[in-house]
Amino acid sequence: MTEVLWQLFWLFALLSMVAFGGGAGVIPDIQRAAVDVHHWLTAKEFLDIFAISRSAPGPGSMIAVYVGQKAAGVAGGLVAFVAMFIPSSVVVHFVALGWDRAARKPWRAVVEQALAPIGIGMTFATGLSLAHGTEHALLSYAITAAATLIFAFTSVHPILLLVAGGSLLLLTGG
Amino acid sequence: MQTRARPSLLELSRSFASIGMSSFGGGMTAWVRREIVQRRGWLDDQQFLSGYALSQLVPGATNVNLAVFIGTQLRGVPGALACLAGLTGPPLVSTLILGSLYFGMHGMPGEASISLALTGLGAVAIGLNLGTGIRLAQSSIRRVVPALIAATVALSVGVAGFPLLTVLPIMIPISLAAAWWSRRS
Repeated sequence: MTEVLWQLFWLFALLSMVAFGGGAGVIPDIQRAAVDVHHWLTAKEFLDIFAISRSAPGPGSMIAVYVGQKAAGVAGGLVAFVAMFIPSSVVVHFVALGWDRAARKPWRAVVEQALAPIGIGMTFATGLSLAHGTEHALLSYAITAAATLIFAFTSVHPILLLVAGGSLLLLTGG
Repeated sequence: MQTRARPSLLELSRSFASIGMSSFGGGMTAWVRREIVQRRGWLDDQQFLSGYALSQLVPGATNVNLAVFIGTQLRGVPGALACLAGLTGPPLVSTLILGSLYFGMHGMPGEASISLALTGLGAVAIGLNLGTGIRLAQSSIRRVVPALIAATVALSVGVAGFPLLTVLPIMIPISLAAAWWSRRS
């Protein structure tokens, strides 16, 4: 039990420090560790908790809490929460203190310019790894493609798309 | 000189608690701006945008980072803790409840329907993710080299399955060098 808690702690603390481009970019690594390495969840369960964490209130990185909870109960969920949110928050706090001075430094523009494509690549990696990490049926791929285009090029609220996707599968029976 | 009222820790955590619980399905940044800049006037737009830039630059969930930034700016360490607790505390509780419902539903009536509905939600959620990538790429990728860097990261992590801790130590220096080089001329 304690061993699992340490595994959770190190997994999420390390990923917390490399989650460039928002929290979702580390999901491929969470997926590999939780599904393939430690077998805490099945691939379908992982996609389900991704869907729940994306639909429920709060930051999407709460997916860490579901992984921890499945691996080691409420204690696991709490350890995953602390490991996922505290290290990056400490970094933000210290950077925030010197941020106004950094605003006028030329290196800041270079760092911003350099990290943008990294974060964008990580964002796409999450979608790609979730789509091919699960036994996706044709209908699911069609829904994913439609949701991608609608979200990218219109201003339809994401919650409407989520409701539509869930209802469509229920109505057609998969 | 305009003096701004310094919010109490309770006000800060309450504001972020309402943001955390009312922003379903993403789009939280717009809620943060509405509450902190428009409704409360604790930061002006320029300070907000500067904090938003920092939040995207530093690792971690953008909105959690933004909450810590705003708390730090307004009330130091206690402010950062108040904002963090407000934003993540209530969702932590609802996550633990939803998690125990989901992991406890095996063998319950309705399990098959819930599983189907979640498959649909998951398919959409993946689309939201890819759509976010497209939006970000449209607004900040203008040249070939950054596009190649983004594609390399996406394919090596998302398709080939390399760990981030292998890919990032290679790709971040390359991207920094490319950015530095493009600004030299």
